Amino acid sequence: MVFKHQYIPATEDDKKAMLEELGIESVEELYKDIPRKTRLNKRLNLPESQVEVDLNRTVEKLMNRNVTHKDIPVFLGSGVWLHYVPAVVKSLTFLPEFQTSYTPYQSEVSQGILQALFEYQSMICEITGMDIANASMYDWASALGEAALMAGRVTKREEFLVPRIIHPERRAALETYTHNIMNVREVPYVRETGIIDINALESMVSKKTAGIYVENPNYLGVMEFEVAEIGRIAHENEALFVVGVDPTSLGVLASPGQYGADIVIGEGQPLGIDPCFGGPLIGLFACREDKTLMRNMPGRLIGMTEDAQGNRCYTITLQTREQHIRREKATSNICSNEALCAVQVAIYLACVGPSELAQLGETCMANAKYVMRRINEIEGFIAPLFESTHFKEFTVNSQKSVEEVHKKLLDRGVHGGKIIKSEFPELGETSLYCVTEIHTVEDMDKLVEALTDISCNSG
Amino acid sequence: MTEVFNQAVWKEKEKVLEPLIFEISVPERVGHILPKTCEKVTREVGDVLKTIPEKIKRKTSIGLPEVSEPQLTRHYLHLAQMNYAVDLGFYPLGSCTMKYNPKINEEIARMDKISRLHPYQDVSTVQGALELLYRLEKMLAEISGMARVTPQPSAGAHGEFTGLCIMRKYHEEKGELESRREIIVPDSAHGTNPASASMAGFNVVTIPSSTDGCVDLEALRGAAGEQTAGLILTNPNTLGIFEEDILTISDIIHNTGGLLYYDGANLNGVLNKVRPGDMGFDIVHFNLHKTFSTPHGGGGPGAGPVGVKDKLVPYLPVPTVEYDEERGVYYLDHNRPKSVGKVKGFFGNFGVIVKAYSYILSLGAEGLNEVAEVAVLNANYLAKKIEEIRGFSLPYASDKPRKHECVISAAQLKAETGVTALDVAKRILDFGIHAPVVYFPQIVEEALMIEPTETETKETLDRFVSIIKRISDEAYNSPEKVLNAPHHTSVGRVDEVKAARKPILSWKMYQKEV
Repeated sequence: MVFKHQYIPATEDDKKAMLEELGIESVEELYKDIPRKTRLNKRLNLPESQVEVDLNRTVEKLMNRNVTHKDIPVFLGSGVWLHYVPAVVKSLTFLPEFQTSYTPYQSEVSQGILQALFEYQSMICEITGMDIANASMYDWASALGEAALMAGRVTKREEFLVPRIIHPERRAALETYTHNIMNVREVPYVRETGIIDINALESMVSKKTAGIYVENPNYLGVMEFEVAEIGRIAHENEALFVVGVDPTSLGVLASPGQYGADIVIGEGQPLGIDPCFGGPLIGLFACREDKTLMRNMPGRLIGMTEDAQGNRCYTITLQTREQHIRREKATSNICSNEALCAVQVAIYLACVGPSELAQLGETCMANAKYVMRRINEIEGFIAPLFESTHFKEFTVNSQKSVEEVHKKLLDRGVHGGKIIKSEFPELGETSLYCVTEIHTVEDMDKLVEALTDISCNSG
Repeated sequence: MTEVFNQAVWKEKEKVLEPLIFEISVPERVGHILPKTCEKVTREVGDVLKTIPEKIKRKTSIGLPEVSEPQLTRHYLHLAQMNYAVDLGFYPLGSCTMKYNPKINEEIARMDKISRLHPYQDVSTVQGALELLYRLEKMLAEISGMARVTPQPSAGAHGEFTGLCIMRKYHEEKGELESRREIIVPDSAHGTNPASASMAGFNVVTIPSSTDGCVDLEALRGAAGEQTAGLILTNPNTLGIFEEDILTISDIIHNTGGLLYYDGANLNGVLNKVRPGDMGFDIVHFNLHKTFSTPHGGGGPGAGPVGVKDKLVPYLPVPTVEYDEERGVYYLDHNRPKSVGKVKGFFGNFGVIVKAYSYILSLGAEGLNEVAEVAVLNANYLAKKIEEIRGFSLPYASDKPRKHECVISAAQLKAETGVTALDVAKRILDFGIHAPVVYFPQIVEEALMIEPTETETKETLDRFVSIIKRISDEAYNSPEKVLNAPHHTSVGRVDEVKAARKPILSWKMYQKEV
């Protein structure tokens, strides 16, 4: 029987005509150069082809086994955050003209995505206080790896200082990227406040330091208020000051550019991208206007120029840093990045504008503070552990084991925070909670009631 | 053959296409309203902004655009209309496998049960997602002839980096990393190959191609030795030619103790025909956004899962997805002491992976076989027809069949008319077709790298051939038309030199400029 499929238009007649043109009898002759010994002599062992209606049912059935925050309140953050994505953002991002285009190598027919990416770069500069942003990295973790390597290239030094309070997965990716190339050292934090221990930092930094990295707010939600001082220490030692951000905080917090950052990285996902089980994400990457920094940037850059008639237009530029030109001497191997996510972030930022981005930050802070206060009132719970201002994430410590609390919350139809006891054994029975604008007061009260119930009852 | 194509030009003023979104911004306009803090919360917590330490409080407003939702919609619709895409027409970009991106995959990926899932949820609440990852891993392992596959890398180059980290770890475990510093790469390789090797801390040794466009065995023997960590190869290669000596190549590398890495960018034409694992490769990456139909999004997000042979399984990134048969549950295994660790956060681009899964389910083995056959038939048909056109040739073993793509040279055209491969590419745009890759691989003079894929009709291929024929005629008779192309696109030929000489990379830099 003839195989028919809606994605493959070639009919038997088409094939016959083409084979005739090639002067051969069958397609098999086009594979005759593959050595017999290596050929696959069977059909691949895969599920039978499914028509669309069956396929849809199969995947739906499988996915219906998942529970999302639309079924029960979920208080998870830790690098992927649950925020609302406006309908217009999705509707515009997934226009097929954007979604089904390739990397814009042919500028003349790709002005749309090029301008959208130029606008993305521009908006990232506005929120971070930088002058140059690339067209995206894979995620925050890989952006950190690339930032460390860039600091090494720029300063020709090999040591990179990072805070002890950092997402362990981000830390692990940094390790992979800098393996045998750079030496990563951890700066301790002040136990009472959760902020970087400046004295310890001063004793560690030296003329060997390529860069000092801090995050604001940090992984445990604490606002790192001595950042300007840390920047000063970095610059005194001629090291680069690298700052990582959750960009939803930038409506209410100063931009890293205002406190001296040389490179700003971060995770763009909370700006209009669905959490989607952790990917795709988008790494932000920006720097000050400086020739050396610019030439050492990883990733794609879109620049403004003119066409032959003098029209303002856009193109991929400074490509001599990139792999397809420089090969092994490129600043990075990155080729496909997260372009469509960048367009999505840009649409989100244009959509909310400066005032609503500030509102987003304020609502997150208020909701987080509300939950912290209410949990703190429950016997056997402390939230947060650190005496500092928190943004949207905070630690919750319990007398009972965190695993027990987690399980009992689930039994009560609430998904608690991420258990981080093994990441920070020194903090005890700790989880990391996150509250955003999507959490209603009912969701938050439900969490508090459930924790109260768990505190009072052993069942 | 008429030039029926005219790309949209949204232009309100001379010399300026669609304004930048910053230029239509008016204070106080807004495109979306966030929920205000609920009263009950405010009563309890007061003004939280006052609690922000003075030193890091934002004191100036952010220079983001302020536009309404309808303005936003029109702006991006205008931009979209000035953007070519495979949903609009033929996109024969070599090595990029720009096949049709099925709509059902998009619908599936946008289900709440997928898109609104948090990666740190309790495994009991994500069994469907884990099962999908588990099943996709099995499918990719079967397709490539590998033991296991990690879904973690975000793109092809990221997969290469991951694979090379695995290679690094393998040699490290054997205590040989100190001496094995070299990765061998053919001169026809994708640029990412040497760049990835370099990022993983290796030195790159480039070997020349032989006269038939394949790996020069003598050069390979000369380059390989105890210092070799491995070889990166794509097969079929970037000329679209299958490396017939692959088993010898594999022996040469394995005899020195090195490993073989398969760049999966060119897998489309050999699906169900030959598997990297059976050719002797130890590590392979897949480009789900090429072979497995997920949209490329103007430069990502893609996904670049990596498969490995048995001996390398312990080094895969963490976590892996496992199945506990006794309890009938899927779970994540983070406890893998020999793992290379992480190359990114979480478990990979799940939203992309879902689409590839749906694609494979739609086609099955028989469908994938058909994909390969039609893709290869189309590529050979185009090679044959274009080779016959004046000024063009098919260099390197023109008697050998191509696989997924062919590389045509316009060297003769350039010599005889002054029209270059770039000019041809720009002129192609005038007909509502995307240009092939130009000047790659570098071993072909005036290269036009053409990959039609299986999702194009014969009518489209024939039209493309007649367009190339017409461009050839123009080059010989009235070359100005080609030299000044394109004429029917949103903008004329773009000045890339100016862009690089005086970089304007943001609105901020632009404002300083004007």
